[in-house]
Parts: sequence; structure tokens; C-alpha cells
Amino acid sequence: MDIAVLIKQVPDTYGERRLHETDWSLDRAATDAVIDEIDTRGVELALTLTEQHGGEVTAVTMGPDGATDALRKALAMGAAKAVHITDPALAGSDAVATSAVLAAALRQLDVDLIVTGNESTDGRSAAVPAMLAERLGLPAVTSVRALTVDGDTLTAERVVEGGWARIQAPLPAVVSVNEKIAEPRYPNFKGIMSAKKKPVTTLTLADLGVDADRVGAAGSATRAVDGAPRPPRTGGHTITDDGSAGAQAARYLIERKVL
Amino acid sequence: MFELTDDQRALVEVSRDFAAEFLAPDALEWDRTKHFPVDVLAKAGGLGMGGMYVREDVGGSGLSRLDAALIIEALAAGCPTVASYISIHNMVAWMIDRYGSQEQRERFLPELCEMTVLGSYCLTEPGAGSDAAALTTRAVRDGEEYVLDGVKQFISGAGASGVYIVMARTGDAASGASGITAFLVERDAAGLSFGPNEAKMGWNAQPTRPVILEGVRVPVTHRLGGEGQGFRIAMSGLNGGRINIGASSLGGAQSALDRTLQYMSERTAFGKRLDQFQALQFSVADMVTELEAARLLLWRAADALDRKAPDAVRWCAMAKRLATDTGFAVANQALQLHGGYGYLAEYGIEKLVRDLRVHQILEGTNEIMKMVIARDVIGR
Repeated sequence: MDIAVLIKQVPDTYGERRLHETDWSLDRAATDAVIDEIDTRGVELALTLTEQHGGEVTAVTMGPDGATDALRKALAMGAAKAVHITDPALAGSDAVATSAVLAAALRQLDVDLIVTGNESTDGRSAAVPAMLAERLGLPAVTSVRALTVDGDTLTAERVVEGGWARIQAPLPAVVSVNEKIAEPRYPNFKGIMSAKKKPVTTLTLADLGVDADRVGAAGSATRAVDGAPRPPRTGGHTITDDGSAGAQAARYLIERKVL
Repeated sequence: MFELTDDQRALVEVSRDFAAEFLAPDALEWDRTKHFPVDVLAKAGGLGMGGMYVREDVGGSGLSRLDAALIIEALAAGCPTVASYISIHNMVAWMIDRYGSQEQRERFLPELCEMTVLGSYCLTEPGAGSDAAALTTRAVRDGEEYVLDGVKQFISGAGASGVYIVMARTGDAASGASGITAFLVERDAAGLSFGPNEAKMGWNAQPTRPVILEGVRVPVTHRLGGEGQGFRIAMSGLNGGRINIGASSLGGAQSALDRTLQYMSERTAFGKRLDQFQALQFSVADMVTELEAARLLLWRAADALDRKAPDAVRWCAMAKRLATDTGFAVANQALQLHGGYGYLAEYGIEKLVRDLRVHQILEGTNEIMKMVIARDVIGR
């Protein structure tokens, strides 16, 4: 089975992330750009499935030129090839516009399964997987923590409020995974050294036949109108132990519905 | 040559992540309990760390010496002792790749590259250290076998390793360096035994034992190279070993420096953060400068070895001398800057000082490095 894994390059969550105060877009220069950690888990799932069932993994990203680094990480882990959708007109695309572009690229690929992270650590809309499935007319199985494939059917454990549900769907399908799905493997040295030799196809909007008016900040249905940096951490709540600190701490947590 | 390639940055990143996940969290415990983490070494082998510059047809990674130096430095940031053992193991694997027959390569290297079988290098003897050509372990030909008798001293990995490259004398007692031959001895060979794990200052996460050979019969097919070539083979292995031990010192010292900067930014005295005292700032400036200078020379030497430069031996000796002396001095100064906390095991700095101290002694003492350097520039 051939699998496409969608990956996204995001600001490193270890760094301090910032927004531009003019249009509240992400300041990509402020932090190192890395492959989103959830996507390395998606790659791991895809590699495991192709090791079991045959086929190959294609890593797909939409992003600026530097996003090739994120693709190379997926190739080093074991993906066979990569597709990089890049076009200056794409900057500022929202989830609706992004899903249109990704759908156009995925229609060209002819894969049995599309794997995505459940949400990126930067945009966090968590909307793209379902939108993509809708555009492609495929089943959407989101927030998956475990997945197996038998013939033309996938069986997934989907995390729902208060528990999980077993879902079956015919292939092809779109699956979004959560952080429980798999521990990403370390790329081995052979994988790293061969990553550069693997094919990376670059696609522009013209290659995809997508109208530039439908994408980018101008073509998006949503835009950020206001924002604020996260307030600095406050000193916290201090309890002086007069013998009842344990009870006070418990009450504090109960009041905030932590316990 | 001052900018790493994309591939090299990726190799460093994965090695650094590996060290942070699998070495650093347990390094102090391994030091305390003298635990040799063979399971972690097998994981390292899975990534390609067991045969970094072994050819790919037998499972090697086919990397350059400079790549390997970068990887060893990154690993040493997690634990120099484990990084240095990986260096020794790679020296053994490379010697088999370089000097072994195709049959020997196919028999030994796949498992060595995966690090499911470990390797040890047996040159030093109780009475022959720096003067290695004076070794007295005997190998006497008996039909299609050699019979080995003698004792090897300070052998890293001994007891745990599956393959031992043993340098033994096939010539007469006066034959010197030209009478030495290298052999591949397997752990289960009859007559092979190991002395006790030495109590030592550092390097506790790998065993150091005497290797005792009593009538060990080695088939002729396990002779590495020809009779009389053993000393040359042993010395050529040490060039890469010296680069890697230097790299391990740099990684350990860099880790000590990084932790010191963190400590100095948190600790206050006399109403100021430690990193705001000019005297201490100057100390940090010297540590950074000297470490970078040693790193530059190490990269230069690795490059000379990759290009098979005629004077590569001297470059490797200079790099080993400077990197291991600097690494120890920087770690020792990091301990000083930590004050009393640096002396506590919990902070991990005193372990680095103990671990890096031996790098000035092994793979050729730094005095021997100076002999090699002087011999090259002055002549004999």
C-alpha cells in the first residue's frame, strides 16, 4: 500500500515563539524551523504499515523553500520520495485554502492512505485533515491512537471525549494521528546519507491548477484580526504550612477543578 | 571546511538526540555502578555507529573520519566513557575492514557494525605500554593454527566483547616491531580468560580488564594481514582512534562548559550573578576559545586522514594532544567555577573530569604524541 504523509515545518516548540504585531501572523524568523513532532509520528506509522504490507511512503509538505529540511528528515527516516508544494502566493493561507492546495496535490499521487498529524503546534486549527477528506470524498478518521490495515479496510482506535471508539473505514482514507500513535524512529546514518539522493518533486500553484486568488492571505476565508502575547508567568499561589498545607493545596486544586 | 554540510548537521543532530535520550540520563548511575550499557550500544549500532567508516557491503556506514569525529563529540556530550568505547569498537571494525580478507570481513563485520557483537583492541601489556613494540605475547605456528600465550593489559570492553584483535610476536625476541602479527580471537576460544574489572579513577561505564591467553589456538584464517604486519596495522588503527578520543574530550568538555554557563547564570554571590564577574567571564572566554581552537585542529586532522595526507600521522597526534589536554583543562576549570557543587557527584562535573583525565594517557600518551610530532618535524 502506498501512503502519503503530510508534514509541516513549524517553529521549534523549545524556543520562544512570536507573532508579528502588524497582522498577527507567525514570526518564522524568531525560532528554528523544525518538522512538527506529531508528523514524525505520522511518518513512523506510515513506515511501519509499508514494512508490513509493502508499498512506499511519500512525504508531502506545503511551505516556503526552507521546508525542504523537514522533508529531508522524513526521507532520512525512510520515506521513499517527497513532494514540496511551494509558491509565494501561498503565504498566509488558512485551513480552507491549505486543504484545497493539498487536495489538488494528493489527487495527483494515487495513494491508499493519507496520514496527517491531528493538529500542528503552530496553527492548531486541527481542521485540515477533515477538510481534506471532504474535498477528496474520502472517509476521515481523526485523532487516531492506533491503527491496523487488513486488505482494503483500516481499523483505528479513535480518541473521543471520555474514551475511545473502534472505527473501521474502507481505503483509501484520510487518517489524523495523535501523539500516542507511535514513537518515531531515529533516522540511521544510511538513511541520512541517502536522503539527499531521494526524489523531491517541487509543485507550484500553476502545476496544481489551483487559482492563486483562492489561496494566500487574500484568498482565505479567515484572518487573524487581533492577538496578544502570552502574559508572563505570575508568581503563583504560595501556601504557608501551618499544619494544614495539604488540605489547603487540595482545596486550591479542587476549586480549579484540577482534582 | 569550516561549515558543516547538511548531511553532517543531520548526523550530529541524530547523535546528539540519541545521547540526550539514551546516554545522559543514566551516565551518573553507570559511573557509580560500573555498568557497561551493552543494550544501548546495540541501539547505537542500529543507527550505524558500530562501523562508521567501514564499507557498506558488510553493513558499515561508509562515513568519513570527519563525520565520525562529529558523531563522537555529540555522543560524548551525553557520556564520554560510552562515546570513547564506541571509538575503540570502531577502530577494531575498521582494522578488519581495511586489512581483513573478504572472508574475515563477511564473518565479523556485519555483527560488529550492528554492535550486537563488540570489539576490543589488545596491544598494551603489563610490561609494554608506550613501548608497544616490546610486547612479549607469543604466537607460535602449529600446522594450520597459531598458539597464543601472554597477557594483555588495560583492555577496554574485555569480557563483554566478542572479538579481540590481539597483537602477538611471531618473530624472535629481538625482532622488535617487525616481528609482530595481528590475530582475530573470539571470546569462546579455549584458553582465553579475563582478569578482574579494574578499580579506576573514571571510565567506569566500560570494563577494563587484563586479557589472558593460555595456549589459545587461532586458525591461520583468523590472522589479520600477513606475518610481521601487526605493528603497522595496530599503529594505523590508532590514527583514527586518536581523532575520536580527542573528539570525545571535546564533547565532554563542551558539556561541562554548557552546564557551567547555566550554573553561572543562576548562582549569585556578593549580590551579583556569577556570570557578571569579569574575572569569571575571562575564564569562560578562555575556555570557549581554547575549546574552539582544539576543535579546529581536530577537524583539520580528520580531514588529513580522509585525504590520506602523507603527514596525517602528525596531524592526528597534534590534534589528540591538544584536544585531550584542553578537554581536561576545560572540564577541570568548569569544576572550579561550580565551587563546592562541582565536587559533588550529583552535578556530573567531577565525573567528566575523571573520565577525561585518561584521554591524556590512552591511544598513545600525550608524551608519545609529542615524540611523534617532533620526529616528523625534526627527523630521527
